[in-house]
Formats: sequence, structure tokens, C-alpha cells
Amino acid sequence: MLNSEFIELFRTEIGSTVYMVLLSSLISYLIGLPLGVILAVTDEGGICPLPFVNKCLGLVTNLLRSVPFLIMIVIALPLTRLTVGTTLGAKAVIPPLVISAAPYVARMAESSFKEVDKGVIEAAKSMGASTLQIILKALIPESKPSLLVGAAISVTTILGYSAMAGSLGGGGLGAIAINYGYYRREPVIMWGAVILLMLLVQLIQELGLKLAKCTDKRIN
Amino acid sequence: MNTDKDSRPIIELRELSKEFKTSSGPVKALEDINLSISRSEIFGIIGLSGAGKSTLVRCMNLLETPDSGKVVFDGKELSSLKAREQRLARQSMGMIFQQFNLLEQRNVIRNVLFPLELAKVPKKEAYSRAERLLELVGLSEKAKAYPSQLSGGQKQRVAIARAIAAEPKLLLCDEATSALDPDTTKSILALLKRINRELGITVIIITHEMRVIEAVCDRVAVIHNSRIVESGSVREVFSDPKSDIGRRLIGGAYMEVLSQEVRFTNA
Repeated sequence: MLNSEFIELFRTEIGSTVYMVLLSSLISYLIGLPLGVILAVTDEGGICPLPFVNKCLGLVTNLLRSVPFLIMIVIALPLTRLTVGTTLGAKAVIPPLVISAAPYVARMAESSFKEVDKGVIEAAKSMGASTLQIILKALIPESKPSLLVGAAISVTTILGYSAMAGSLGGGGLGAIAINYGYYRREPVIMWGAVILLMLLVQLIQELGLKLAKCTDKRIN
Repeated sequence: MNTDKDSRPIIELRELSKEFKTSSGPVKALEDINLSISRSEIFGIIGLSGAGKSTLVRCMNLLETPDSGKVVFDGKELSSLKAREQRLARQSMGMIFQQFNLLEQRNVIRNVLFPLELAKVPKKEAYSRAERLLELVGLSEKAKAYPSQLSGGQKQRVAIARAIAAEPKLLLCDEATSALDPDTTKSILALLKRINRELGITVIIITHEMRVIEAVCDRVAVIHNSRIVESGSVREVFSDPKSDIGRRLIGGAYMEVLSQEVRFTNA
């Protein structure tokens, strides 16, 4: 069963999983990180409290996060067709994945920023730092270890979503597991895909935590 | 420099008031505060916790905005300035804190460089200035260490170097020695005195400890229940305290005051 044809299949599908996860993580962070900054600084007690902006953005992130991912794939179909030109394969998973993951990333980042010691922010203020300088020179660098831990969690979540997309025309390891395990009843192939997913989660999680730990300048 | 300019106070508070809104109604933090602090002096503000002294020092650099009254710093009324100008004014005022508030992810020298980055001082000049400051506070060999590797006293020395890096005219010390042991307190106070004498920086010390005032201050104000109840030279206030709280703080009845405070907070 595990002949060269399947090995080749696994090889390409691992590739498309990695492609989906990396690209959607990257775009999700490009959107989610600034959003997280805005959510943290505009909050009551933040550096630049703007209750109205905070409430609106908070509402939007919550609404997007409450749509189940499989439904999001369906809802996003027109957008997917518009942006990537197809609704099938690995590429087509990226738009709904980003829409679902960016708000998640934003909330993760927001909570990291809120962990930064208020006293440190106050010290930066007392030295005459502007809001932007506080964000770039104090808030983000001081929360780096926590952001990395958050990134490990976010990227593994994105990996999970990407696998889910396999059932609705997406590619990658999730698609193998669904197509061979469920439709063709070939459990060995299914388990192969599942074990590979497990290994990937382990790898990302460990890497993230290790990176967070060895770049953290506190207690070591 | 003309002497006319130097005789003006470095910072003046006029009829300053501040209230905090809490869930149980407004709480007065400062009431009708009038203070005038001369250039190059070490001025102490003493009071029990909750007296309003931290709010007072935070109004001086507008970390808190007073509800009414004026803060005149170096001839300029701060609250009338635009946000940008207020930030620039803050660069002329250093501040140190009880909890040091160093950036934990930056090493010692990069902490000292922080205000110089904000002030856009050219890198080379900033670096050599930071090195000189670390020498001044006696931490040259710790330049590459991170805050978590330092003792409390060392952290406060870094904080002092950082606070005076942008060459401020005024250094605000908010309970800066309250987290330190007596010996370390002494050495930090000696450092503050040296900075005052050698660099001519005016120092304002907020504390609840008499010995801090006694050790370094030229003049002192006693704050109680949101008001300044008396002020004068340390010798005057110490030899003949006019206010009840002043007498209690100074007359060795500190423990009594403390126990009353405990009773008060328990009530």
C-alpha cells in the first residue's frame, strides 16, 4: 500500500500543508499583530484609550472568531475566487484561513501586550516617548517572549484549520486523511497523514517555546 | 546664563487640584497645592501612603493631568502646551520609580540609551554618553548585563543613569529607595546628592521615610490628606514642626502614625 506513488503523494501534500500554514500565518500576523496593538492600546487603561474604536474592533474580531471555520470556507468562496482565482486546492484555503486566523492572532497578541508591566510603559512616557515610540520601543520588544509563545499556539491552530479545509476541497495532509481514510477506507494512509500532522504540531510548538525561552532576557 | 533666569523656580505648582473618580464616588487626591522649587536644590515631599504624594509628583510631569491649577516648569506652563511640546518638556525631566521600571528585554546600556533614542541623539554620541553615565553610577562592568541579573540597588543605579541621560534639569524620585535595604538606600541617596552637586540637576524626592529627607534634602514639604500642611528648610521643619502630622512624623512617633494608618485602612 505504501508504494512509491503514496510516498510521492505524501511528499507533495506535506509541501502544500507547509505552504498553506506558512503563508496564512504570515498574512494573519501582518493583519493580526497591528490589530492586536490597536486593541491593547485603545483599551481603557491602555496607552491611548479610545473606547469607541476599541469596542468596534473588539466586536469585529469576536464576530469573525465565532464563525466556525468550515462555514467560513463556504462564506468566503466568492472572495476566494476573486483573490486567488480558484476554490480548490491549497491556494484556495488561504483567504478563509486568514479571515479566521487574523482575529485570533490579534487577540493572542493583545493579551501579550497587556502583560507588559505598566510601570515600564509609565517610565517610557516619563521620558517623553510618543505613543508610536512606546509601541515600537517598549510594548512590542518587552512582550516578545510572550508573542512567540502565542505564535506557536496560533500557528498550530492554523495547521489544524488547514487540515479541516481538506474536507472542503483544500489540499494538504488533511485532504489525504479525509480522501483516503473516509472516502476510500484506507486507514493506513489516514493514520499516516494524522501522525504527520501530530509531528508537525509538536515541531511548531516546541520550536516556538524554545525560541521564546532562549530570547527571553528575564531570569536566566 | 544670567542670574535673573536662575533665580526663577525650576518648577512651580499653583493651586493644583486633582480628583479621582472611583466606583464609590470622587476621591480628592490633591487640594490647592502651592509649591515652588528652586534650581539646584534637593526638595523632599513627605507624607503617609495615600496622602497624595505620588499623584503630586505625577502631576509635575503630567503623567497625571491636574483638574485645575497650573504646573509651570522652567518658565513654561505645561498644561497649555500641545501634546508634542509636553513630551519635549518631559525629556527635560527625569523620573525614577520604586519598582525601577527598567526594560527587561534590553541590557543595561541599552536601557540608558533609551531616552537618547527618543531624543534622536546620534548613535555614537549617545553610546559614549551612556558609557560615561554608567561610569558615574559605578556600573561600567555591567553594561551588557540584563536587569534580571542585577540587585535592586544596581537596578536603581541603571534607572538613575537612564533618567539623567537626556540631561534633564529636574529629577523626580517617586519612592525611589522604598524597595531597598538601609545600606543600599544610603548609597543611592549619596548618588542622588552627587548628581545634584556635580550636574546641577534639581532633585525632588517623594518618600514616607524621615531618614531619607534628613539625609539629603535642603527643603521639605509635608503632605497630608491631599494638602501641603507645612514646608520649609529641613532644619526648620525638623526643629519646630508646625503641623500635627509633621510633629508626629518627626517626633519619633512614626510607629504611632503607622499604627493609626493600619487602623485607618482596616476601618
